[in-house]
Amino acid sequence: MKQIKITVNGKTHELRVKPWATLLEVIRDDLGLTGTKEGCGLGECGACTVIMDGNTVNACLVLAPEADGKEITTIEALAQGDKLHPIQEAFMEHGGLQCGFCTPGILVSTKALLDENPNPTDEEIRRGIAGNFCRCTGYTKIFESIKAAAQKGGR
Amino acid sequence: MAEYSVIGKRLPRVDAPEKITGQAKYAADYSLPGMLWCKVVRSPYAHARILTIDTSRAEQLPGVEAVITGKDFGGWTWGFMPATRDEPPLALDKVRYMYEAVAAVAAIDEDIAEEATELIKVDYEELPGVFDPEEAMQDGAPQVHDHVKNNMSVEYHWNFGDVEKAFAESYIVREDRFRTARATHGYLEPPAALAYYDPAGSITIWPAKQSPYFHYRHLAACFKLPLSKVRVIQPYIGGGFGGTKNDSLAGDFCAVMLSKKAGKPVKFVYTQEEELTTSRRRHAMIVYNKMGVKKDGTLMAIHSRVIADGGGYTAIGPLTMYLTGFMTTLPYKLPHFKHEAYRIFTNNPIGAAMRGHGITHTRFACEIQMEMIAEELGIDPVEMRLRNAIDNPEPGTRYETINKVTLKTCGVKEAIKTLSEDPIWREKDKMPKREGTIAWGVGLSGTSYLSGARLMGHQSCGAMVRICEDGTVNLITGATDCGQGSDTVLCMIAAEELGVALEDIDIKRVDTAYTPVDPGSYGSRVTVLAGQATKLAAADAKRQLLEFAAKTWGVKAEDIEIKEGIVSVRKDSEKTMPFSRLARIASYSGSGAVIIGKGYSGYGLEPLDFSSGIGNGGTSYSFTAQLAKVGVDMETGQVLVTDFVIAHDAGRPLNPVGAEGQNEGGAVQGLGQTIYEDFIMDKGKTLNPTFLDYKMPRSTDVPAIKVIDIITDDPDGPFGAKEASEGSIVSTPPAIVSAIHDATGIWFKELPITPEKIVMALREKGEY
Repeated sequence: MKQIKITVNGKTHELRVKPWATLLEVIRDDLGLTGTKEGCGLGECGACTVIMDGNTVNACLVLAPEADGKEITTIEALAQGDKLHPIQEAFMEHGGLQCGFCTPGILVSTKALLDENPNPTDEEIRRGIAGNFCRCTGYTKIFESIKAAAQKGGR
Repeated sequence: MAEYSVIGKRLPRVDAPEKITGQAKYAADYSLPGMLWCKVVRSPYAHARILTIDTSRAEQLPGVEAVITGKDFGGWTWGFMPATRDEPPLALDKVRYMYEAVAAVAAIDEDIAEEATELIKVDYEELPGVFDPEEAMQDGAPQVHDHVKNNMSVEYHWNFGDVEKAFAESYIVREDRFRTARATHGYLEPPAALAYYDPAGSITIWPAKQSPYFHYRHLAACFKLPLSKVRVIQPYIGGGFGGTKNDSLAGDFCAVMLSKKAGKPVKFVYTQEEELTTSRRRHAMIVYNKMGVKKDGTLMAIHSRVIADGGGYTAIGPLTMYLTGFMTTLPYKLPHFKHEAYRIFTNNPIGAAMRGHGITHTRFACEIQMEMIAEELGIDPVEMRLRNAIDNPEPGTRYETINKVTLKTCGVKEAIKTLSEDPIWREKDKMPKREGTIAWGVGLSGTSYLSGARLMGHQSCGAMVRICEDGTVNLITGATDCGQGSDTVLCMIAAEELGVALEDIDIKRVDTAYTPVDPGSYGSRVTVLAGQATKLAAADAKRQLLEFAAKTWGVKAEDIEIKEGIVSVRKDSEKTMPFSRLARIASYSGSGAVIIGKGYSGYGLEPLDFSSGIGNGGTSYSFTAQLAKVGVDMETGQVLVTDFVIAHDAGRPLNPVGAEGQNEGGAVQGLGQTIYEDFIMDKGKTLNPTFLDYKMPRSTDVPAIKVIDIITDDPDGPFGAKEASEGSIVSTPPAIVSAIHDATGIWFKELPITPEKIVMALREKGEY
């Protein structure tokens, strides 16, 4: 077992993990934050996207020991208490979700995109979520939601 | 037209708050103390006899609590119809497709369960396999099921009118062979469930099912329990699109059986590779289509011979094959038609339902063939369609096809006309046909889909509306929202009917212990059928409430109305109160009144015989016309789809945001199956069982999509509604194929149209 110290959504945890455990397993099983989803476990679908030290990663491809000392943001940290994040409001208002399984990953990717580039072009929006599959929406309403979030200053 | 307070408004989904905050729980998110992990052992052969299974080493592995094989299920099998129950939870004597489940283990963690699967020794005798349905039909082909000759899983022969005479009278008769892709659903949530078999004799399960009541019956039958002892609690569903999540799977039965053996809760989550190699997928079909047309473009006759790759078991196949043919008579007037449908067993993974079920294959063939004939006759594609399209019946009348499919509304002509005025169509001859290596093209389609699918036999669908004493409302249905937004639409229907706001209605997901039985998310039926049940239940609750208001005010109930949360007497402005007060008066009346409204769907109850092809497979029919604009790279064969315009007759879109989202999502899924998606198979083995290699559209691949509503207000739909979720997956393939033809001059008849196929065809045409 390996000792790691990670900060998830502002809270620091000291954990003993299997050396081969993934960050996704730590987030979901050890910390009980099931908002981050596992779609493929191979880094292909983006459902497990989280922000690690400012960059999006597929949590299924990061070994837990690699996350030692890192700061992680998951979907659960977007809203502040009862107050939804402007990105969440925009997705709700513009129908940017259907089954909701890809939604946490897409919202996290959107946050990372808008943190870096508050006024993305249409092309930058498409590229910003290119690592996240959505099988339900055909992406159109997701693009509209991201654009609306950007207009709201949704960082 | 009626003025609605809630219906037709662009309202946010009722499940959005949970989904956007990460709080929505899907099957894999559930766990229980002491829970074990289930892993399934799978056959490395596509066709083999099972000689022996030795589980002793797995049983001795510390941490393993139960091991099961096919024998534990006592020969029980399941299937869609009584005569087609041919699939065992775990293979018993023989495996019929690669990676079919043969044993399962439950262990204290996932790693030990995985290790235990490797310790189970299965001896097989490999049998010759058959992987091509046309070969499998021949005499002497290996038999997938010993008692089924020529591997004939399902067979229908229908003949309406006089096809031969009509062909003889036609000016042009074309015969072509079309083929559709080996596509799959591609939802991101793999199958999963958490199950507990209570030793006192009951099952509780949280499974990823879009038809939880099918699963409820399967479990009761498999474990020989009364239905009242099977509790299926529906989590949020991470996408469905029919097929796998309508049905039960090896993992479901194994989790319950292992729980029964171990006395502890058991959970399984398939890997995406297990999902992509073993779950139900769309049938790949070959369509031999013959079409006869008069010189003026009038459609005379169609003869389709459809051969579907059914894979190892029947599953939902009888319905699939029915759907390939019964709507050949929509949306164009067709006086003569003959349909031969063959579903053939092979040693491939099982073919089953997927969005656009059955219809997308044959409509693709018919649309393309009609375009080919129009081209030969020199008739414009819009004109060709308008000459043949079914007119919208006058109010109070209906149109009946030769096989007795009946329509009360039909917006196909209006949809086609609308698109013919769209700038993309109007200006297509003015746009540059070629820019550098890119050739541009525009294509059109006009198609139909059913709403309110009818399943033979079971059609029950009810709703309850319970009024709380503070004026809020619980809506209780057996319907399942697997992402399409039906929970929102059902709440909107209840709110509209009761005269309250959407936020006053709460809906929970299915719990078979409390909710009414329902077929689930299936054949675009939820809004239409559960919607009707909900509307009637809300009207029933309202009627009960109005009796209390009438008594309080000393007026007649019919003189009272409820609108936007205010109860008032129509001709007396003094008499008014908030809905919440009326709810309180009724609940505290002292009479013991509990206000519960009940309703059930009365549609589609007349008998239906798949083998005749006669009658309505749906309660109403939607119509979709679509434009696609593409750029084809004439050097690489790469297709860039830049625009879709979709004109869709959903009767009336109840929540326009949701209906648009369904059209957009269906069209992009249709785009995938037209130009990229295909399982590459080698003797029953799926060679591309990952999202990396099975290519679905990404955000960078999708066109600009415009959705135009064609309003026809169907008299049979709640507030005029018809299907909104599957039409565009039928209209997209022919629109893209026509656009690629417009760009390249080549008609492609086999999907998906990959860059390789385009390059090869261009080479053959002498473009290189």
